[in-house]
Amino acid sequence: MKHLLLGNEAIAQGAIDAGLSGVYAYPGTPSTEITEYIQTSKLAQELNIHSTWSVNEKTAMEAALGMSYTGKRSMVVMKHVGLNVASDVFMNMSVSGINGGLVVVVADDPSMHSSQNEQDSRFYGKFAMVPILEPTNQQEAYDMMHHAFDFSEDTMLPVLLRMVTRLSHSRSGVEFKSRRTQNSIHLPEDTSRFALLPMNAKKQFEKLVEKKSLLMEYSEHSSLNELKLSEDKDIGIIACGIAYNYVMENISEDASFYSTLKISQYPLPKEKIKKLYKHCHKILIMEEGYPVVEELLHNYFDDNDKIKGKLSGDLPLTGELNPTIVANALGIFQNAAKSIPEIVSNRPPQLCEGCGHTDLFNTINALIPEIGNKNVFGDIGCYALGTLPPLNTINTLIDMGASITMAKGAADAGLENAIAVIGDSTFTHSGMTGLLDAVYENSPITIIISDNSAIAMTGAQESSAVGRLHNICLGIGVHPDHLKTMIPLRKNHDQNVELLRNELSHKGLSVIISERPCVRLSRDQKEDIKSKIAALS
Amino acid sequence: MKTNIILSGVGGQGILTIAAVLDTAALSENIYIKQSEVHGMSQRGGAVQSHVRISDKEIYSDLIPEGKADLIISVEPMELLRYIPFLNKNGWLITDSNPFINTTNYPDKEALYEQIRKYPLHLIIDATEIAKNIGNSKVANMVLLGAASTIIPLSEESLLNAIKTLFQHKSEKIITLNLQAFFEGKKIAKAHSHFAIDK
Repeated sequence: MKHLLLGNEAIAQGAIDAGLSGVYAYPGTPSTEITEYIQTSKLAQELNIHSTWSVNEKTAMEAALGMSYTGKRSMVVMKHVGLNVASDVFMNMSVSGINGGLVVVVADDPSMHSSQNEQDSRFYGKFAMVPILEPTNQQEAYDMMHHAFDFSEDTMLPVLLRMVTRLSHSRSGVEFKSRRTQNSIHLPEDTSRFALLPMNAKKQFEKLVEKKSLLMEYSEHSSLNELKLSEDKDIGIIACGIAYNYVMENISEDASFYSTLKISQYPLPKEKIKKLYKHCHKILIMEEGYPVVEELLHNYFDDNDKIKGKLSGDLPLTGELNPTIVANALGIFQNAAKSIPEIVSNRPPQLCEGCGHTDLFNTINALIPEIGNKNVFGDIGCYALGTLPPLNTINTLIDMGASITMAKGAADAGLENAIAVIGDSTFTHSGMTGLLDAVYENSPITIIISDNSAIAMTGAQESSAVGRLHNICLGIGVHPDHLKTMIPLRKNHDQNVELLRNELSHKGLSVIISERPCVRLSRDQKEDIKSKIAALS
Repeated sequence: MKTNIILSGVGGQGILTIAAVLDTAALSENIYIKQSEVHGMSQRGGAVQSHVRISDKEIYSDLIPEGKADLIISVEPMELLRYIPFLNKNGWLITDSNPFINTTNYPDKEALYEQIRKYPLHLIIDATEIAKNIGNSKVANMVLLGAASTIIPLSEESLLNAIKTLFQHKSEKIITLNLQAFFEGKKIAKAHSHFAIDK
């Protein structure tokens, strides 16, 4: 029987069936549903699989490594930019190696549907010298999880599984395999490899470098990297991950005519690539994201004119692929598409009706004539929509936590009335350390923590900041006289403007917690938050 | 046999419920299905779409190629037109006539209808009004699905069962409302000359 699953859900079910003991993650589009599926799975509950959200991707990955250290299988899940946050542990755990199977699932977002860049996680995999898997479809994503955990334990390395938005958020029928039981606790025979003092790290790093040939051997023989040579020698297609679907969409009826190499496991199978290269007059590389494979091929061969892809201009360097772009690169005739009728106007996302962030922005906007319109530093979350008209409040959005530290840097440079706007969960994710910097120097900035008691943009997940913000700020050292609270409601507008004006006039650090629950929270979620806050006090 | 359907609307308008009915029905008929959807920022009042592909053969791309959609179902008239580049030359258009206005430069709705009428196979229904008359404006999406059911290659039985399955945890009243909405939509499509074809 087939089950209808998102690519993300297929990953989650695959992990459960492969003997997972715990998933660690911070929500981030397009990766969120992987962890949510495990959180709501009855089977996962029965199996006592850990699935509570972590504070950020770094803490998540470290916890996953800790679980792996005990010998159990763990998974850590994030969006592409989350891997930047976790990159410290990611780069080092390939050196230490793992114990129980550890799979790092990273969902890239080409075309930036919900992200600030298009970074390609395959670069990170190569950088850390770990194996990378890249599924083409939902069934393969499911099946790959069994392989990924076994492979991780065989090589004693973390395995990076790269997803992309279109596979994460597309459903199809998936057949399940039988379930493997979880590992029991078996601590590493020799723990010194996890203690990366230089003398240990040197040994471990050598081992890691030596593993490269083994990994290439695996890739060469992997059924995930399937080479088909046809009689036609004109064009050889290398298709990676989801790009394989777009190729097959165009050529499936004449598939036997084309020579193809499907890539779903890295490092690249060099021998298979050489065979294709020798066989064909031209190599066309279809890959979602950066031209990772294309660049490598330029290193492999002398005749680079034979190699076509993004760098050669046959495919666009930015944005995601689709069947039409791939058809054009293959030289398959396309009828010119109709254009969107001119009458259609844009409909950008916007804050929900009745959202507390809007009232907060109205409060700030009331003071903009006095302080200038370029002083507000923003952060990642729904409130980033305050950048757009009609609000136009926020000027910057760079990475999780940057509102506070950018405001501080600007104040260091002499900018007066610098304001940082950061959400409750973004604050606990990456804002607390920056706050300590600002506390330490008593920087003349006003930080507004817009606390809606949820990780709202990704679907109102539970925020670990709930009920703790006030004490966190005091604990970090914010002066109690300049730690204020406001309720962003229209009826409080005038008093909120006054409160903000007062704190802006203070020539030191102020923090204002702007408290109002997300309108998307259900009644049950609101009750749950209330009882959690009550239990804390 | 391959059918490509685009569902369109504004984040929060319920196009994914239509998608879920189609998915469940297709799965029950044991044919291939792929359905992509939008999660994340656009769900906050932005333009959203879902690509639904149903076939008796393996489906590769999760996305419908340009010019290959057989049908666009929209819960909002301007959002219907946004996906015209995907429509094939014999493609069908079905939309709710009610605009969802959350921008300052929303076009005149009559001008939108006029644009839609340029395509021969179109059906503009006041699905929201029909849904209200049945008892809940939220089932407007099922009115549209009912209308579309006349040209979608899935049996009525499996579509109705899919609706029942999806709402099985809701009250009997909600299931009945959704089924009623489906039949109302179907009736309207049948009365419309282009749609008066039995599959």
